[in-house]
Amino acid sequence: MESGYAGKFLEVNLSDEKIVETGFNEDVLKQFIGGRALACKILWDRLGQRWETVDPLGDENILLALTGPMTGYYPGARICISGKSPQSNGVVGSTVAGEFAIELKCAGYDGVIVTGMASSPVYVFMMDGKAELRDAKHLWGKDGKQTIRLINREIVGEFERKRLRDRMWREPGILYIGPAGENKTRVAAVEEKWTHGAGYGGYGAVMGSKNLKAIVAKGTGPLPDPSDPVKTKALIRRIVEYRLREDDMRRWGTGFGGYVVGADTSSEPIRNWQEEWHDRKEFGVDEFERKVWLKRYWGDYGCPTTCLKVACVRSGPLGGAITDNPDYELQAYLGTNLGIFEPEGNVYVSSVSDDLGFCGIQVGNLLGFLAELYQRGIVTKEELGFELNWGDAKAFGRLAQMIARREGIGDILAEGTYRAALKIGKMKGIDLLKYAVQEKGMAIGAHGIRSGLDYPPIIAYACNVQAGDHTSVSGMGLEEEPGELAWGFMDSAVICAFNSVKPLETIWEFFRAITGWSTTLEEWNTVLGPRMLSIQRALLLICGPDVFWDPRVDDENPPRYYEPLPSGPEAGRATDKADVQKEKKKWFSQLGWDDLGIPTPETLKKLGLEDVDKAIEPLRERWKVI
Amino acid sequence: MSPDKGQIWIARDFYNCSACRRCEVACTLFHEGKIWPEASRIRVFMLIPTLEIPHLCSQCHDYPCIESCPTKPKALSVDKNTGAVLVNREVCTSCRRCITACPGNVPFLHPGDKKATICDLCYGDPECVKACQEGRYNALWTASRPKGISYKLYARKPVDMVKEMAYRLYGDKAEELI
Repeated sequence: MESGYAGKFLEVNLSDEKIVETGFNEDVLKQFIGGRALACKILWDRLGQRWETVDPLGDENILLALTGPMTGYYPGARICISGKSPQSNGVVGSTVAGEFAIELKCAGYDGVIVTGMASSPVYVFMMDGKAELRDAKHLWGKDGKQTIRLINREIVGEFERKRLRDRMWREPGILYIGPAGENKTRVAAVEEKWTHGAGYGGYGAVMGSKNLKAIVAKGTGPLPDPSDPVKTKALIRRIVEYRLREDDMRRWGTGFGGYVVGADTSSEPIRNWQEEWHDRKEFGVDEFERKVWLKRYWGDYGCPTTCLKVACVRSGPLGGAITDNPDYELQAYLGTNLGIFEPEGNVYVSSVSDDLGFCGIQVGNLLGFLAELYQRGIVTKEELGFELNWGDAKAFGRLAQMIARREGIGDILAEGTYRAALKIGKMKGIDLLKYAVQEKGMAIGAHGIRSGLDYPPIIAYACNVQAGDHTSVSGMGLEEEPGELAWGFMDSAVICAFNSVKPLETIWEFFRAITGWSTTLEEWNTVLGPRMLSIQRALLLICGPDVFWDPRVDDENPPRYYEPLPSGPEAGRATDKADVQKEKKKWFSQLGWDDLGIPTPETLKKLGLEDVDKAIEPLRERWKVI
Repeated sequence: MSPDKGQIWIARDFYNCSACRRCEVACTLFHEGKIWPEASRIRVFMLIPTLEIPHLCSQCHDYPCIESCPTKPKALSVDKNTGAVLVNREVCTSCRRCITACPGNVPFLHPGDKKATICDLCYGDPECVKACQEGRYNALWTASRPKGISYKLYARKPVDMVKEMAYRLYGDKAEELI
């Protein structure tokens, strides 16, 4: 068994109701650190040759929940969710924090590979090396809070009934979907606890398409032994001490951003990105703290940062809303992007989104998109059934419900911003993609590029193998965070990027102490990382079956990013198209890809990906690359 | 607090718990040399997310766990310096009586050797407290422990405590959560 690995993966075939254990040899685990890199390997090997025809929401798709060798030991637990994405039709490594990863490892597994499709709702339950499928009809339709409540009661109650009297039992780790995932909305997250989601990728819909409500794990074993326990312990200490000094992040999480990203860097989405600047101090983090915080620090297993906060609106028309305090992304997407500038409204829409099982970024982008169509009179009150004015938290909550349950126009919107723009545009006979702030089927994270003052380079999203992902962006230096290589490793290892330390070399020291391997940061930057990105890029370009990307057209920013900023100190600034073309070529060539971003035969050969080369040969011909 | 200053108690404020469970990590790195959640002498119950309850020995004045221990000599004894319950693993028969005798069902059988396992207060300088304090959560701290019966009140089952906490934090909404 490799150090840091439990040594087994659970493979669940829902169609045949068969559960088996599987594994990977040491060389595969070394070459594809997983998390995200191993996900690429599994998906390429099993689906690569017929990728174009694999429906992300069909029974052929594979849902992956993978830990990495550092999961659990590196402070702050996460797990990486992957598969063919129903948003980009490529591969996205989407991580979510919580105790599931710990329970899974303690139960003796490194990951779960789910294939096929169940004929009726089920959940997977595993404990200490044993796993089974269970009926989940009674859980179907239940929101996040109810799902957790019912599963906890069921599992803990069962332990008690079986008189497993070795201990008083506590809750298992639960990965689950809400109604948004059940109804296969492409903006659904795979969730943990009440509020944590693996949002990018839309894997909640993949679980829903498989009739898989939850994966539940309980483990009583230890985490797998690291190769060098003494060094590991010392490194845990080092990381913890470093993170405990990061006062801003500990005190506010990213939640200080709701005010400052707008006021300071003019890069916050406002009313569907029509503006990116505001100076609304009533949306400051101090207001959140005074009005809605119940807990100042909240976090997940082993985390010294605990950047989350628990928030609740106690009274008034939005009373009863409970969620973790919106972080920056949700302050932006379920706040300013909807014209909501007060904590209560923001917490309310966030709690609706979390309960329904949405990715807050994706659904916030979608709600903003529709509100702009409403503002412009393209979609009317008659079509919606109610008014949808900027700032109306209740109305946005109502629309979110319709999307989750695919009611009325919600059925179209459930396809995500890009696909909904195509459909509604066709119905109306108007090009609506100009209002869709998305990248290859995925809403873009809430950090704009127009002002040039925020971190994302102008090709952050346009060339990104994870499409709109703001936590893994193109165009940054090899070790710059959150560049595709630096944070692509976090998704592979699998660790929380918000517990990152500088220099990154420390994290690699940790990696070697756990695994006992000699892998270096340089090896990641030159071989392992580019190999992962090249597979992701190849599969993103093959894409299909419902929508296809043409790099000549689609490796582009959304049209809105070329409109000048209308307000604030950076008014007038916009992204320059020629600059984007220049930066794009530079980035592609750095990775050994051609001008269209197709990995060259030489690069693929060097990375040992000859079979990928063969599979993308037709693409070179299609787009006439010599 | 050093052991020579008399008996100690790990005071607790559940509402301050961040759910980080670094107390468990610290406990098992110290006692087991590895991370082992279900072997941790302090176990954070998260039956309702956001209402986390660190569950650990209260060192009751009358030690019902020791009272219930049927072996001769008893596998459980009091550490005179700290007041902690110590387990003689050679003698323990895994009968589980201490678990049921404890009003909070705090002891458990270690998932490895299946022997009764109880917080030993790290012989006077608890690792869990250090982890909590350095994080400035103040959910746990070391307090001196005068003689008294109050401490036993904290030996409660998380499943009961979490309901009370839910009502305090969320009012009527708690009904949907418990």
